[in-house]
Amino acid sequence: MGSRERVLQNILSQQAPAKFLPTFETNYSHDSDNFQKFCEALESIGGKAVEIVTWKGITDHVAEQYPSMRRIISTISELPWYVPQFEHDPHSFENVDLSVLKGHFGVAENGAVWVTESLMGHRSTPFISQHLALVLNKGDIVSTLHEAYDRIDRISYDFGIFIAGPSKTADIEQSLVLGAHGPKSMTVFLVAT
Amino acid sequence: MDTKEKTADHASRASAFNRDEQRVNWHDKTLWFVREKRDKAAWQIPEWEHLRELASQIKDNVLSNLHNYLIQFEKQASSNGIIVHWAATAQEHNEIVYDIIRKKGVSQIVKSKSMLTEECHLNEYLLEKGIDVVDTDFGERIVQLAEEPPSHIVLPCIHKKKEEIGALFHEHLGTPEGSSDPVFLAAAARADLRKHFMKSSVALTGVNFAVAETGEIVVCTNEGNADLGVQLADTHIACMGIEKIIPQRKHLGIFLRLLARSATGQPITTYSSHFRKPRAGQETHVVLVDNGRSERLKSIDFRNALKCIRCGACMNTCPVYRRSGGHSYHYAIAGPIGAILAPSLDMKKYADLPFASTLCGSCSNVCPVKIDIHDQLYRWRQVIVKNGYVNPGKSLGMRTMSTVLSNPSTFRWIGRLGRLFIKHLPFLVNHKLNPWYKKREMPAPPAQSFHQWYKTMRTNGK
Amino acid sequence: MRVALFVPCYIDQFYPKVAIATLELLEKLDIQVTYPERQTCCGQPMANAGFEHLTKATNKLFIENFDKYDYIVSPSGSCVLHVKHHLHSKASEDLAHSIKNNIYELTEFLIDVLKVKKLSSWFPHSVGLHQSCHGQRGLMLSQMSEIVGPPFSKSEALLNMVGGLNLIALDRSDECCGFGGTFCVTEDAVSAKMGLDRVRDHISHGVEFITSSDMSCLMHLEGILRRLKSDVKVAHIAEILNAPA
Repeated sequence: MGSRERVLQNILSQQAPAKFLPTFETNYSHDSDNFQKFCEALESIGGKAVEIVTWKGITDHVAEQYPSMRRIISTISELPWYVPQFEHDPHSFENVDLSVLKGHFGVAENGAVWVTESLMGHRSTPFISQHLALVLNKGDIVSTLHEAYDRIDRISYDFGIFIAGPSKTADIEQSLVLGAHGPKSMTVFLVAT
Repeated sequence: MDTKEKTADHASRASAFNRDEQRVNWHDKTLWFVREKRDKAAWQIPEWEHLRELASQIKDNVLSNLHNYLIQFEKQASSNGIIVHWAATAQEHNEIVYDIIRKKGVSQIVKSKSMLTEECHLNEYLLEKGIDVVDTDFGERIVQLAEEPPSHIVLPCIHKKKEEIGALFHEHLGTPEGSSDPVFLAAAARADLRKHFMKSSVALTGVNFAVAETGEIVVCTNEGNADLGVQLADTHIACMGIEKIIPQRKHLGIFLRLLARSATGQPITTYSSHFRKPRAGQETHVVLVDNGRSERLKSIDFRNALKCIRCGACMNTCPVYRRSGGHSYHYAIAGPIGAILAPSLDMKKYADLPFASTLCGSCSNVCPVKIDIHDQLYRWRQVIVKNGYVNPGKSLGMRTMSTVLSNPSTFRWIGRLGRLFIKHLPFLVNHKLNPWYKKREMPAPPAQSFHQWYKTMRTNGK
Repeated sequence: MRVALFVPCYIDQFYPKVAIATLELLEKLDIQVTYPERQTCCGQPMANAGFEHLTKATNKLFIENFDKYDYIVSPSGSCVLHVKHHLHSKASEDLAHSIKNNIYELTEFLIDVLKVKKLSSWFPHSVGLHQSCHGQRGLMLSQMSEIVGPPFSKSEALLNMVGGLNLIALDRSDECCGFGGTFCVTEDAVSAKMGLDRVRDHISHGVEFITSSDMSCLMHLEGILRRLKSDVKVAHIAEILNAPA
């Protein structure tokens, strides 16, 4: 008998008597302003929320905040850094300073943005870049993760991720350091609709 | 760590840790700070206790239907193009992982945090086979360089001071001597580990949740090391204990709301990656590991420990853990949860751990999946004693105590004697061999017991 | 109502004043209290050390002493919790069961059964309240800092009825003192350090007395206070609630 069968048979003979799977509400919204709450949550985890009206708002902000950046890539055709076809080899992104990607929606309770592979160009871009910017419609913010998963059920993906702020570590004496292995900053551009 | 320390029990290791009181204070305060962050985060969720109850019920359901969920997961994951492996033991797990690496012809892999691989001693196994494992979580990298095990499942090097980390980096990464600024040290580690990420074609990760319904696995990190490793590699190996299964994707809403808030007080980890299908051209392997878990399922008293989602909240809140350090538990998982997991793997070796607690119950209260940790500690004590893994002197003492306490007249007599003893011959009790007396005075004995008082004042008086 | 007083073994031997205060307090509240004279111990010292199988005789004795009462009251949350969770008897499980339902820790009895709303006691001191874990987390005598829920505290409610008393807030409201039964000697280093940290929290906030509904915690804390040669004293909550006006 192989390991699979051995493990499964052992489980079957040992597992606990059937217990019900609970049902639950997914509507825990606390009637607050999702946009406001999202911005506060994002700031509290080291991210930055920037409201914009036109695409130029993004280029202006980048020019002002990141004047010395050499390589910026984006999957958004309206932006000057648009890359129509991403390289297949992720190692080619090693010197990317900033990636500007779209996100599907944000989550007010924790400042996270749901991004799937189709918006990334390559799966590595959100992690390998020195800085990350995500673009969201202001209206695309759900209240809690429960609502988020309701929405995720309608988006098919091979790889999807909640990104909440810049990469960080507090491993050294609980001192928070932004920019562990991934981006050192995360900006979310919120487009007024 | 010398060999003497390796065989020492929790009490003697804890006692050694307590020789440096300033350090104990620092360790306690650092972890209490994390506990306070957890409280603050939990209080922002009015439905917090309800979420804990739901998470607990979902995990109960998982443990009662694990067989079917695993088969469902395997089917879904396979149809998504993921290669699923089964390992009955730690040894099998290590062999499977090695076999995958060997076929890729590489001699180095990058690894993000996985308590399972700690449990299986994968690093040591691979090293013997000539495979170099680079731990990429900062904390894990630090303890790897120091050749120590992690002392905490979420904060692996929480026992180390920044000056010690600076010295370690000076030795291994060539940072200037005496540098201890966390920002500077983190930047140095980032630069060093990037090199490893760029050249590793095999990445190993743990798994926080595996969804039976969709066949996807979810990995949570703050540093982005799991993702950077996986997305730059051609091969992703994800190792998980079989208990990491959850039934449906929507259940992630509950678990992810609880996990980071319980662990560090963050509303969510920076990255919550959902790996459903391999990247084009990439191979994804999931190794499902039993290693004693299915045996534990049958035990009504101890099966609940399998609900654990490895948040570490029980460690941060544990007043004993905070004052004895993770290494005093001499097991991959320290603290209260480690103390109930370890004895089921090796009762003799870890017989001391369930006694390393005051049974205060704080661990059970912070547990996001409501494991009855302190009650299990109590029950483990009974099992360990029944199996004879306590010292004979203690057994004799307990037998004597039982005899005295179940006999009212002997109890009055001994009690009287005891009080006389302390009162008139305090030097016999107040000496260094009495562990109570090392740091505490003995109670001042009263002239008479309540029983005597009652007899004089009430029984006879009435 | 038939009320029995259960006096834990170590209180009987080392802290008779606590049992006396409990008895007098209940009598002041017009409760007729019986003290079953053949009582010894609930068996917790053995059970918590892993020797629950050696508690059959103490269980039997406990049942013999306490099976005839509507209420059993004890000035120790820890011992009450032990009885509630672990009192068993093969011969008379029904009696064990009814005792488990009828046993109350003192503050619980005062608040929940007697519904005490005011006391005549007077204790003009700054007092720090030490939460005993077994009373608090085991018997739910007060809300726990880990739980997201409304605050309540039976001890505090009672202490607030005492004239002149100034209840002092602490940095850590409900951290364990480290007594833990045999833990206090088998893990003496951690136990003593936990106690020291608790004591320092109280001292730094200027308390004159540390009180608790469990004397075992206080025995441990008192041992440390005396070693520190501190002026801070311990007093069981029964002594404070019974302090004459």
